[in-house]
Amino acid sequence: MRFIFKTSYAQDIHIVKHRGQSFWYSLLLLSLALCPLVVSEFWMAQINIILIYSLVGFGTMTLLGFTGQLSFGHAAFFGLGAFVQAFFTNVGWPFFAALALSILINVILGALIALPALRVKGIFLGVATLALGLIVEEVFVKWESFTNGTSGLAVKPAQILGVIFNTQISFFYLVLSIVVVATLLTINLLRSSTGRAFIAIRDSEISAQSMGIHVGRYKIIAFMLSAGFTGVGGAMYAHYLRFISPENFNLFLSLDFVLMVIIGGLASIHGIFFGAIFIIMMPPLIANLKDLLPVFMANVAGLQNVIYGVILICFVLFEPMGLYGRWVKVRTYFQIFPFYRDGMFKRQKSFQKSDRLK
Amino acid sequence: MTQALLNVQNITRRFGGLVAVDNVSFDVFPGEVLTIIGPNGAGKSTLFNVISRIYPESGGQLFFEGVDLGQIPPHQIANLGIARTFQNIELFEHATVLQNLLIGHHSLSRTTLLSNLLFLKSTRQEEIASRTRIEEVIDFLGLQKYRDSYVSGLPYGIRKVVELGRALSMNPKLLLLDEPSSGLNPEETEDMAFWIKDLVNDLGITVLMVEHDMSLVSRVSSRVVAMNQGQVIAIGTSAEVQSHPEVIKAYIGAEDEYANG
Repeated sequence: MRFIFKTSYAQDIHIVKHRGQSFWYSLLLLSLALCPLVVSEFWMAQINIILIYSLVGFGTMTLLGFTGQLSFGHAAFFGLGAFVQAFFTNVGWPFFAALALSILINVILGALIALPALRVKGIFLGVATLALGLIVEEVFVKWESFTNGTSGLAVKPAQILGVIFNTQISFFYLVLSIVVVATLLTINLLRSSTGRAFIAIRDSEISAQSMGIHVGRYKIIAFMLSAGFTGVGGAMYAHYLRFISPENFNLFLSLDFVLMVIIGGLASIHGIFFGAIFIIMMPPLIANLKDLLPVFMANVAGLQNVIYGVILICFVLFEPMGLYGRWVKVRTYFQIFPFYRDGMFKRQKSFQKSDRLK
Repeated sequence: MTQALLNVQNITRRFGGLVAVDNVSFDVFPGEVLTIIGPNGAGKSTLFNVISRIYPESGGQLFFEGVDLGQIPPHQIANLGIARTFQNIELFEHATVLQNLLIGHHSLSRTTLLSNLLFLKSTRQEEIASRTRIEEVIDFLGLQKYRDSYVSGLPYGIRKVVELGRALSMNPKLLLLDEPSSGLNPEETEDMAFWIKDLVNDLGITVLMVEHDMSLVSRVSSRVVAMNQGQVIAIGTSAEVQSHPEVIKAYIGAEDEYANG
């Protein structure tokens, strides 16, 4: 077991908590950077989409996990990011200019959505943002001069200073570096006053207000940041698929984004990545599972959704802290072996149940 | 006489037809501990919520150092120097004690969102400065042991102290304590009494509190306001109020009530 003896406040706000952490994260980054050498093209594509989903995860985690605001409309931000990026790179804008524009437009849309959203809470906010998702999807279909309607829009590969990111491997390095930047920004946010204001609003709005936090203002900021991260994810998705059409950005995608952070583990950055891996790896796993099932079950339509649903229910019932919560338990088990006991994380569980969607 | 710190003038609060607080007036002077007592449903907590602007008032005015609180948006009450605790602990459950205290310090934060996102030098300096300040509160209340524990895992008595600490982190001039001893055992109540005395004498904070424990009330209060059914029935020292006939009537009833009722 590790005891951290703090001798300065600088140590308190440092990004990594101890030597072990810096060792493991450097190792993770190094192995990621080297993985194209050993991993096949198919798996590189899977890793890329996981990284893109985790960019969106930063968006939904900021909103749901840290600020406690539920949104079922994130496919709208994702789609908007994708279409803006696609349209403007197609007309010849440089990569970063188009990316900046899609972030900007998303941030503005996020702020506009937040204004009415300030008046509703919990599941009602979910319904309001659900409407946003449906409306924007319809706009993508109808606004043909911008999105090319239902026939879809071909997208050029990303190009920065003459370097074209048209293979899975080169694209991997691009999206990985963006994910690293997003991670650092989120960590910074969480160790400063803005991030703490988010957490305060999530846990008790009335108390947050008494502490001098302008609840409305910080909710708007959370929506803006969330929309911004999701827009970046969308923009990368456009370059990843190279062909996007409005049905890519439907309601089920929004649900996936929410599931991703709940299954991954609310209020943790690890949870974003765990959730993204889960959401992406689940469909192929279920497809493999089909071979093992009896024929009458394997061919039923909607099997995947049923399995998803069951898994989600199990998580909410048995592991409300998500995959990250399980990871912490397993890690603690080995750290303090043989002193782990069953009730060690009990209280956090009861908190998550009652307070999550207040 | 010195200038009042908080001036409560004819405050009324109605919920539909129910008048929870009815035309209440009193002054809180700098450096004193003013306690509001009264039976359940007397309107004490409602009055507290009106003063901290969680409920808008239905009538009357509040002045803090001459500033009309009715003109100030609720989240800026903290900036003026009014801090409060809640009857049923409203801590940020899934955050550490340190984070809770730092959130208490939020109204003194001057950094921008951009500086926070990039963790620029200004944010770094502010984080260190606020930790230095928070450390004084941690030392004062003896919370060192729980500095990095999550609130959701702490026992009730400690949470109560953390909540007091969070209010102190706001550098308040006026501290509103809503039943500071509720749910505490005798030793913890004892500690609470010492802290209240210390923060008045050493830190120069003025305290307005709602309390039921009469031994705590008589030990720490300079003056006591007794309320019943939304109205002030007596103001004076603890002994005066406790022997006031109206107060006795409010708590244990009068003999002739049975005859009439």
